[in-house]
Amino acid sequence: MSLTNTIIQGVLLGGLYALYAAGLSLIFGVMRLVNLAHGDFIVLAAYVILALASAFVIPPFFAMLIALPFLFALGWAIQRVILNRTVEENLLVPLLVTFGLQIIIQNGLLQGFTADSRRLSLGGIETASISLGGISFGVMPLLTFVAAIAVIGGMSALFYMTAMGRMLRATSDNRTYAQIVGINPHKVFAIAMGLAFIVIAVAAFFMGARSNFDPSQGPARLLFAFEAVVIGGLGSLWGTLAGGIILGVSQAVGAAIHPQYQILAGHIVFLLIILFRPRGLFPKQ
Amino acid sequence: MSALLETHNLEVFYGDFQALFGVDVVINEGETVAIIGSNGAGKSSFLNALCGLNPSQPDQIRLEGVAVGGTPAFDMVRKGVALVPEGRRLFPSLSVEENLLVGIHGMSEDRGWTLDAIYDLFPILKERRNQPSTTLSGGQQQMVAIGRALMSNPKILLCDEISLGLAPGVVKDVYVAVTEIKRRGTTVLIVEQDLNAALDAADRVYCFMEGRVSLEGRPSELTREQIQEAYFGI
Repeated sequence: MSLTNTIIQGVLLGGLYALYAAGLSLIFGVMRLVNLAHGDFIVLAAYVILALASAFVIPPFFAMLIALPFLFALGWAIQRVILNRTVEENLLVPLLVTFGLQIIIQNGLLQGFTADSRRLSLGGIETASISLGGISFGVMPLLTFVAAIAVIGGMSALFYMTAMGRMLRATSDNRTYAQIVGINPHKVFAIAMGLAFIVIAVAAFFMGARSNFDPSQGPARLLFAFEAVVIGGLGSLWGTLAGGIILGVSQAVGAAIHPQYQILAGHIVFLLIILFRPRGLFPKQ
Repeated sequence: MSALLETHNLEVFYGDFQALFGVDVVINEGETVAIIGSNGAGKSSFLNALCGLNPSQPDQIRLEGVAVGGTPAFDMVRKGVALVPEGRRLFPSLSVEENLLVGIHGMSEDRGWTLDAIYDLFPILKERRNQPSTTLSGGQQQMVAIGRALMSNPKILLCDEISLGLAPGVVKDVYVAVTEIKRRGTTVLIVEQDLNAALDAADRVYCFMEGRVSLEGRPSELTREQIQEAYFGI
């Protein structure tokens, strides 16, 4: 029962990692951009939700809903104004630019919110749990996992059932020849980044509700997101969910062996997978 | 017939390398024009400049008398210039029907090319509509590429090496479709290495050699010797 419990808790933790990773996967899938600022975007979004919740004295969930259009616009603008200037260059340029954004965001947040840890307070639901077959499920981890499935399912439906999805996939396949069917790749990239910021807002809400955060936590979120994306297979949405779950279970099993092995176990599994399956478990064909 | 698409002193560069040297071409409305020439003659560079994939100066390309040179490819297709690229360049993650439907993004005006019209032109595509485009034969992929370009309802269809790598019987089918496209009122510009296919389909022919126009005329008025000299320089 203990091992079953550990695996279930790991799966639920994987939902949070999948949320971290979904936006990164979307951006890499559409524009082959490795966004080093992704984790800091999540932390930035958490501060935006916190600021809205404090300013309007509303629950963080409603603050997140209010933040969605703003964050979409922010993502769209970052892509249009900054990142579109880098995507035609070699791989190093967008890496350097997103690294620079990381520094700017972290220092901007430090300036505005100090280094103190913050949390999105949800009241009693944070500690609520339900018991099933002798195993306790935290309500928040369950909701996080359901949100991860909903987000990835929604992204999948957008990609495979809409005209916008056709444009995104065509641009992902070949950005040069997407132009001959009337697609402006730079506009598509901006829309993709806007959509990624909506996913980032959801990830930020659950991150902030489940743990403390401060301006320096972006790189750790990026690392988990990156590992989940690579484990699942580059550019694969459902693979990203699988990657998050594998990472979560690995960490949970590591923690069960000894608490100090939690993070290490995730990294070891990640290394083993890229050693034997360099393109991940479910790469986009 | 009025000029639909014209180039004046068109030059194309790839960095320091010059691919086209002052090319003047006129394509009249309703015509089928073929550009022939050997490998490296500048045919594809010319087509890519027309559709906006290669840079050019505004006055070097005119569509219905309006300077459009240098317009990005995604705007050129909305102005009515659609490309069937060499090598088809289908989108592998899209099904056959999705590859056709994605062509609608470039449509600015309805000239009768709908999904049903494409399926009438290429019935086999309707049977294969849900298959991944990569699972089709070369000829069927060429049909998808032509259909995708037609979905933008172009004024002029630019076809780059549409016979390349296809069996002779399939080439014949593709050129039957080109004739039908012309019959429905779409102007067609073909870039082709297959001399016989090009000469059979075209109302007029331009021969390119080393980035310049070396010969121009109606196929019926050109002798084989003239074409050989313009094509090979011998």
